Amino acid sequence: MSILIDENTRLCVSGITGREGTFHSLRNRDYGTQVVSGVTPGKGGQDVEGIPVFNTFHEAVSATAANAAMIFVPPRFAADSILEAEDAGVELIVAITEGIPAHDELRVYNALRKNGRSRLIGPNCPGVLSPGKANVGIIPAAFFKQGNVGVVSRSGTLTYQIGNVIAQQGFGNSTIVGIGGDPVPGTDFTDVLELFEADPDTELVVMCGEIGGDAEERAAEFIAERMSKPVVAYIAGFTAPPGKTMGHAGAIVSGSRGTAAAKADALESKGVRVGRTPTGVAELAASLLGAEATGTLP
Amino acid sequence: MDLLEYQGKQLFARHGVPVPNGRPAQTVEEAVKAADEIGYPCVVKAQVQIGGRGKAGGIKVAQDGTEAQSYAEAILGMDIRGLTVHELWIERASQIEAEYYASVIFDRSEKAPLVMLSTKGGMDIEQVADQDPEAIARLHVDPLLGFQDFHGRRLCFEGGVDADVVRPVSAMLGKLYEVFIAEEATLVEVNPMIVTPPMEDGRRAVRALDAKVTLDDNALFRHPENAALRDLSAEDPQERMAKERGLTYVKLDGDIGILGNGAGLVMSTLDVVAQADGSPANFLDAGGGSKADAITSAVEVILSNPKVKAVLFNIFGGITRGDEVAKGLIEAFAAVKPQVPFVIRLEGTNQEEGQRLLSEANLPNVVTEPTMDGAARKVVELARA
Repeated sequence: MSILIDENTRLCVSGITGREGTFHSLRNRDYGTQVVSGVTPGKGGQDVEGIPVFNTFHEAVSATAANAAMIFVPPRFAADSILEAEDAGVELIVAITEGIPAHDELRVYNALRKNGRSRLIGPNCPGVLSPGKANVGIIPAAFFKQGNVGVVSRSGTLTYQIGNVIAQQGFGNSTIVGIGGDPVPGTDFTDVLELFEADPDTELVVMCGEIGGDAEERAAEFIAERMSKPVVAYIAGFTAPPGKTMGHAGAIVSGSRGTAAAKADALESKGVRVGRTPTGVAELAASLLGAEATGTLP
Repeated sequence: MDLLEYQGKQLFARHGVPVPNGRPAQTVEEAVKAADEIGYPCVVKAQVQIGGRGKAGGIKVAQDGTEAQSYAEAILGMDIRGLTVHELWIERASQIEAEYYASVIFDRSEKAPLVMLSTKGGMDIEQVADQDPEAIARLHVDPLLGFQDFHGRRLCFEGGVDADVVRPVSAMLGKLYEVFIAEEATLVEVNPMIVTPPMEDGRRAVRALDAKVTLDDNALFRHPENAALRDLSAEDPQERMAKERGLTYVKLDGDIGILGNGAGLVMSTLDVVAQADGSPANFLDAGGGSKADAITSAVEVILSNPKVKAVLFNIFGGITRGDEVAKGLIEAFAAVKPQVPFVIRLEGTNQEEGQRLLSEANLPNVVTEPTMDGAARKVVELARA
């Protein structure tokens, strides 16, 4: 098994006719993902290398039974596209777009939560990869193989870095979830941890956080109360000065809140081991799995 | 984007939030003219984005034109905690009977706007929150529903606002929420919100005596009039140069220039360099799919900081291709001719090709390292040499 996406995922891409949209849709299809349709208003009836394009999500869903959407449109159109996908009944929406206005994210988050029909991953995220099954987004699949480590992260490249070291140690992944670097992610650490806890193929979870907000602190509480599986963590941004946005819109220390040190302390106080470097956390994961395999973990 | 006090007040006035009558001024002459028009006593206020202006001598009450002139002369050009004063705000002096605090905050934890009100205004609200959390009334607003009149009344009664001003305070909270939504702010704060002595109609009035507004940069495309408010004088020259070139750059205090791809990886690179006892000079995310000209541009920005003694490139290619980064670096070296050593760690997509290009180019003063941790140790060593 895996979480969120697998062989049964039927993907419809919003913005499929754009340069990036086309490139990544085809890349996802090459990986084995069922990319069943795309949406670009005004280009209905065309196709992208055989993938049919529709004017609206409603048409695309009714014609191709899409159950997942990937959002690749520019920031000013992204909130509307997410809401359209939700209105058309798409269960999983993965928003790659970076730079969506914060108030748009707030409206979208609250509308989706109120209706309770769809789950949003992102925005400003690299997507989701279940190795050997499906890839929705821009995660470079070459660095990951099938296995039993779940990964959930606010950062893309940092995930590839950590995943690569885990693969070099001989381990693979159940699913890699990029929840994104924005202030209002549709899905947070705790949501993904809950899914990994219930997934029989996931034995251990690597959680990769960064400065800003309190999602890591909330995850620490959740892990202590609800997780039976081991979780190891890495936090980026110990050297980030307060009041400066470090690339990701959500990565900002406000006054004394949201620091990396406070997050690492919160996790460690709940018994979660925190790696000092990306390599360190990958090695920590590998050593725990190795110990489990040989039955030496207490 | 943080607004100056007067920019925030002008925004307030547009939405009907009561503020004292005032005018901005960039010269002493403008300041005196503004003061004469407004009448005396008036307040001459330094416009810089930092707290503690009053203590630093940046806020003075002028009783007449001579005083207005001497205060304007003293405050313009003054240095307040590292920021130079380029603008003044001249406003009618207010009589104050009580100082309250009000704010609307983008609460990312609850995913809803948070409205706060306290009768303990005029001081640092974080201090009030620590020492007397009960003194602050708080309420989350459903962003799909918006701010209702009852929200305002609840905050006023829970916050212990004087009964005679419940109506105007409540109305002001509604207007501040309107500013927050309409202008797409992430913070609207009034400290102090003042209660005046009774006016001609016998009633006490409520005014915003300060304004702290942070706007969402990602929403500025919908607010071109606000985009023009950017306070260029407060921006660091390197940060401005990077912004003009579309790079994500944050200046830091150290001497090791850093470039990487992806915000998380760059943040992590800063940490790993700091763990190796080095001190990063900047954060620079060259972004996904970094192309050659972006790399050249980035190298120029990093080296425009004279403190930089060595530079670390940390690339893990996913979408970014190692050969593209290598080509960019080779072009950058041809264009810029750096005088400081570079350490390159290049892993991921097309890493072999990238490394081959680099070794063939045989760039002066460039070392490659296979791992992130090793590269960090090496660059610290070179910066010290």
